[in-house]
Amino acid sequence: MRTKRTMRGQVAVAGIGETTYYKHGQSPDAQFKLTLKAILAAAEDAGIDPCEIDGIASYADDKNPADRVAAALGMKSLRFANMVWGGGGGGGSGAIGNAAMAIHAGVADCVVVYRGLAQGQGGRFGSGAGYPGALAGSYAHTIPYGVMSPAQMFAMRTTRLMHDHGISRSTLRAISMASYHHAQNNPRAVMHGRPLDVDGYDNSRWITEPFRLFDCCLENDGAAALILVPADRAKDLKQKPAYLLGAAQGAEYRAGAGGHNNPDYATSSFKTVAPDLFAMAELGPEDVDVVQSYENFTGGVVMSLIEHGFCTYENANEVIAFDNLIAPKGKLPLNTSGGNLAECYMHGLELNIEAVRQIRGTSPNQVEGAEVAFVNSGPMVVPATNSLFGSEATL
Amino acid sequence: MNDSFVLPEGLPRPMPDELDGPYWDAAARDELVAQRCNACGTWQWTPEHLCHRCHSFDLEFAPVPGEARIYSWQRPHHPVHPVLAEACPYVVVLVEFPDADGIRMVGNLVAPPEGEIPIGATVDPVFEHHEAEPPYTLVHWRIRA
Ligand SMILES: [Zn+2]
Repeated sequence: MRTKRTMRGQVAVAGIGETTYYKHGQSPDAQFKLTLKAILAAAEDAGIDPCEIDGIASYADDKNPADRVAAALGMKSLRFANMVWGGGGGGGSGAIGNAAMAIHAGVADCVVVYRGLAQGQGGRFGSGAGYPGALAGSYAHTIPYGVMSPAQMFAMRTTRLMHDHGISRSTLRAISMASYHHAQNNPRAVMHGRPLDVDGYDNSRWITEPFRLFDCCLENDGAAALILVPADRAKDLKQKPAYLLGAAQGAEYRAGAGGHNNPDYATSSFKTVAPDLFAMAELGPEDVDVVQSYENFTGGVVMSLIEHGFCTYENANEVIAFDNLIAPKGKLPLNTSGGNLAECYMHGLELNIEAVRQIRGTSPNQVEGAEVAFVNSGPMVVPATNSLFGSEATL
Repeated sequence: MNDSFVLPEGLPRPMPDELDGPYWDAAARDELVAQRCNACGTWQWTPEHLCHRCHSFDLEFAPVPGEARIYSWQRPHHPVHPVLAEACPYVVVLVEFPDADGIRMVGNLVAPPEGEIPIGATVDPVFEHHEAEPPYTLVHWRIRA
C-alpha cells in the first residue's frame, strides 16, 4: 500500500544566490560564468562548501549542463542530475520539487537548483526568427499562420478567459502594476526606478491583443540558484530554513494536445496540480501569506490565482485589484520582488528565491509575519509546477 | 508574392509528415479533413498515432462534419519575424468544430485586420495555395455572410 503522498517539511532551502540581473544582452559575463557565480553565492549564503553539493536539478532545457557544472565546482561526487521536461519556464518549482524528492528519498544530500541565461548563448523564448524554413508536426499547424512567439501561443487562452468569465482589462493591469510597484523597493530589479502607472500601462503598445507590452515578461541576463538540504541539517546552517511544505507538477487531461486542442482551453494547467500541492502541504489557499505567481503573461496569472483558489472566476476582478496585491498591507501580496515583469525574467526561479526571502523575513517588500509562501511556475505549459514554503512554525 | 495572401511569403512553411500528410494533401484539393478513429469514431486533432479514447491505431482522415465557429482570437501587432514587419496587425483565429468532438484548428481570418472579432461566428475555410517547391496550401477562415 502507498504510504502518504508527502515530503512535507522533510527538506529545506538553506541557501539562495543570484547574480546581478541585467537587461537583455548587457551581461559582461558568459552565461556559464553567471551560473557558477549564482551557485557559489548560494553556497556562501548557506555556509556550505560548494564541493559538498552532490545533486543538480534544472528545467527548461537549461544550457548549463550538469556534467560541466559538477566538474567546474569540483564536486566530490555527483549523485543526482535531473531536468524537468518542457522548454518553457514551467519547471522552476518542479526542479525544486525534484531536488527535494531526491533528498527525501536518500538519493542525494545537498542539491543545487539553478537557471542561467545570457543573450544568444542559450536561446530565448521571445523571438520567432529562429525557426527553420519548414516545420513538421503540430507546429506546422500554427507557426505558418504567424503564431510564433510565446505571447502569441498563449494570447488566445486569455481572450477566451476574458470572454467566458468577464475578466477585465483592469485586472490584467493590476497584476502588472503590482510587479512594477514592488520592483521600486528592490534595488536588484531591472525595472527599479521605472515605475508604471495606469496611463503608462493603458498607453503601452499592443504586442498581440489582448496583451499589451506590460502584460509580457522581460528578457534578461543573469543566473539564480537555490541549495536544498535535509530539514534537520538546515537547522544547523547559517540561515533561517525555508521548509518545503509541498511541491507538485503536471497538468489536466490532454493539456498537451497539439494545435490548441487541450479540451479545457482557458486554463493555466493547474486544475489538477493545485489540489495535489495543498493536499501535500496540509494547507489551503487561505493559509498562504504571500504569493509569487509566474507572469509569462498577466492572463496566466489570473488563471493561476483562480485555479489555486486565491479567488474565483466570479470575484477575480474584485480580488485581483492593485491595493490587494501590494505588500505589506494587501490581502493577497503578489510578486513582491517585482517578478518576471519587473525584477528579472529568470524564468521564475527568482520567484522561488523571493518566497524563501519572505520566509526568512528579508524581502524588500516584506509581508509581516509571513509563515507560508506560495509559488507557481510557468502557467499554461505542461508540466506546470508549484511549490509551497513555510517557516519552522508551520511544521 | 501574391497580394491576396493573408501573410507574406517567407514565414516557415508546413512540411507534411507521416501523420498529417493526408490533411495537407486534401487542403491542396480545397478539402478540409481531420483524423478520425475507425474503431470508435472519435475525432482528434492534431493527428496522433493512437486514438486517445480507445487506443486503436486504426485511424483515418475524413471530411470534418458540421460548422466551424470562432472559439478564440488574437491580433498580433508586434512583428516577431522579419517577414511580418509590414504585415502587422493581422488576425489569428482558433476555430472549433462542435460536431467533431470539439477539435480546433488555428488559421488567419480573411478580413480587414481592425474591428471586433465575433467569438461564436460561423466560418468557412479559405484555401491559400502557394507555388513553392514543393507547393503547399494554408487553410484560413472567413466569416460566413
Ligand atoms: Zn478510438
